[in-house]
Amino acid sequence: MADAAAKSTTREITYREAVRAAIRDAMQRDERVFLMGEDVGRYGGCYAVSKGLLEEFGPARIRDTPLSESGFTGAGIGAAMGGMRPIVELMTVNFSLLALDQIMNNAATIRHMSGNQFGVPLVIRMATGAGKQLAAQHSHSLEGWYAHIPGIKVLAPATLADARGMLWSALEDPDPVLIFENVMLYNMSGELPEDAGAVNIDKAAVRREGADISLITYGGSLWKTLEAAETLAGEGLSAEVVDLRTLRPLDDETIMASVRKTRRAVVVDEGWRSGSLAAEVCTRIMEQAFWDLDGPLGRVCSEEVPIPYPHHLEQAAIPQADEVVAMAKALMGRE
Amino acid sequence: MSRAADKPHLSREHALDLLRAMMRIRRFEGECARLYTEQKIRGFLHLYDGEEAIAAGIIPVLEARDRIVATYREHAHALVRGIPMNAVMAEMFGKQEGCSHGRGGSMHLFSSETNFYGGNAIVGGGMPVAVGLALSDHMRGDDVVTACFFGEGAVAEGEFHESLNLAALWSLPVLFICENNLYAMGTALDRSESVTDIHKKPDCYGIDAEVVDGMDVVAVEAAARRAIAKVRETGAPHFLECRTYRFRAHSMFDAQLYRDKSEVEEWREKGPIVRFREWLEDAGMAHGEEIEKIAEEIEGEVAEAVAFAERGSWEPVTELTRFTYADRTA
Repeated sequence: MADAAAKSTTREITYREAVRAAIRDAMQRDERVFLMGEDVGRYGGCYAVSKGLLEEFGPARIRDTPLSESGFTGAGIGAAMGGMRPIVELMTVNFSLLALDQIMNNAATIRHMSGNQFGVPLVIRMATGAGKQLAAQHSHSLEGWYAHIPGIKVLAPATLADARGMLWSALEDPDPVLIFENVMLYNMSGELPEDAGAVNIDKAAVRREGADISLITYGGSLWKTLEAAETLAGEGLSAEVVDLRTLRPLDDETIMASVRKTRRAVVVDEGWRSGSLAAEVCTRIMEQAFWDLDGPLGRVCSEEVPIPYPHHLEQAAIPQADEVVAMAKALMGRE
Repeated sequence: MSRAADKPHLSREHALDLLRAMMRIRRFEGECARLYTEQKIRGFLHLYDGEEAIAAGIIPVLEARDRIVATYREHAHALVRGIPMNAVMAEMFGKQEGCSHGRGGSMHLFSSETNFYGGNAIVGGGMPVAVGLALSDHMRGDDVVTACFFGEGAVAEGEFHESLNLAALWSLPVLFICENNLYAMGTALDRSESVTDIHKKPDCYGIDAEVVDGMDVVAVEAAARRAIAKVRETGAPHFLECRTYRFRAHSMFDAQLYRDKSEVEEWREKGPIVRFREWLEDAGMAHGEEIEKIAEEIEGEVAEAVAFAERGSWEPVTELTRFTYADRTA
């Protein structure tokens, strides 16, 4: 991708605009694609992602829904089975729990239960994560729960290129794909090639090369982890940063290659520690690369508390760059 | 759609077809119950005994292009829709020759060939899916009706209300069919619903509804013809409440402590098969020996289905994780 980028003109773009461009692209390329969800049309999207799309594509394809998560998610499943390519937007991961029955009991199981006669080529997008002082019912990071479920794929675009490119790959997938967009990323901006297109959704990415320790993360925590790696570099420690990108199925190969190279690892995950995705990644490392390790694994996860409203408590509840630095140093014996 | 087409034309042949369809369901399920005691069929087994007039009255009125979403009590829907009895029986056994490759069992019968979208074992869970199937047809402008079956227990689920609202709001061609057998598992309707007149509920969403005697196959078919024609004409949803009764337990694990045996006996006397058969004989439309001949034919079909299922094969364990995701290399 870096190579392709060099050849085309780049443009300053926000993560929000990158997601919007991805939706617009998909709508233009395939008339079966439509977007539905709460406030996606007239309002322009709760996070302003779909602003302007109603005017461009009309109310049939930019479809406002009632506050009825289970109903319209199930309708997305039916529409996908009926030959359309719906993108369902659930405002936040907390609200997605109202649609969990449809996601788990229908989207994830129908291919299996029907003996491969029916698939559900549905894409569900939703916001996840804390940092906007929205308190406990709007700030959780439950993508790790979804990553538990066989039959669906779970993506976490952390970069502009992924925000722009993952949607098309997801729409081409014959199975249900959930895309988690961290709320703190929507305003992030950077340069992106104007012709940026679909990206691979099967592989994790090494975002920074390093030799001494692997920092494994995804989504909103990527940028804090990269910041931590920079700080560590200032202290003479070379950290490699792996962005999981796809939380289900996990790309074991990239994870193990990095760990085998650095022989140490910290997993950074905005989900709660108990039963977290971080726990899964650590266990896989133990299962597949234990004899390549030089020391114990470390985890930086959210505190086991509903995310609080006050800024200082909210920030204390979720992983921060300094915690990653401290954990990495501790594991390296550099207190 | 002419009005005449909306009315069932009760020729002798058609009447016998209706009777045959109901007897075929009854006999198939009777055999399933027997096989269950032999442990050939496992898991939950929910029988349709007493409700046959609904599937037999409605499904043949649908066109091949129409879609069906059913519940976990769906053997009848699957058989009437034309999934071969062999494939349904093999599915009950869990054999890979079954209509869902043995992966679904009794509660998850599927068939892409006949547009049969399951077999959903979450009460109300199929309703939003039916709305979505209809949405896909609506967006393409296809002349297709989606028939969505559910029990009266589903009325208490949020998805019932969400689905009716969406279907009406977006004017989607769904025929909602409530099979009101008066008991949600073991809870009587008046113990769980503040308003037990279920056909009044769609009114809140501006959906026209009709209530019909679900033990009278001719009445059900007449109502189905009206309803399906209306959905096809208007592209809007319609609601049919079929009042029925289940003669057997909710599932094979149910001791039926919640109702008197006398209540069941009373309903059995009003059963859809016995009632229609008597009427046919009284009207001189069918004779006892003709009906016996039908019964014999069904007996043969059921025996062959059991033999087919017995002959069927177990899917190799090496294939366990197949069909979790699409096989993109295939």
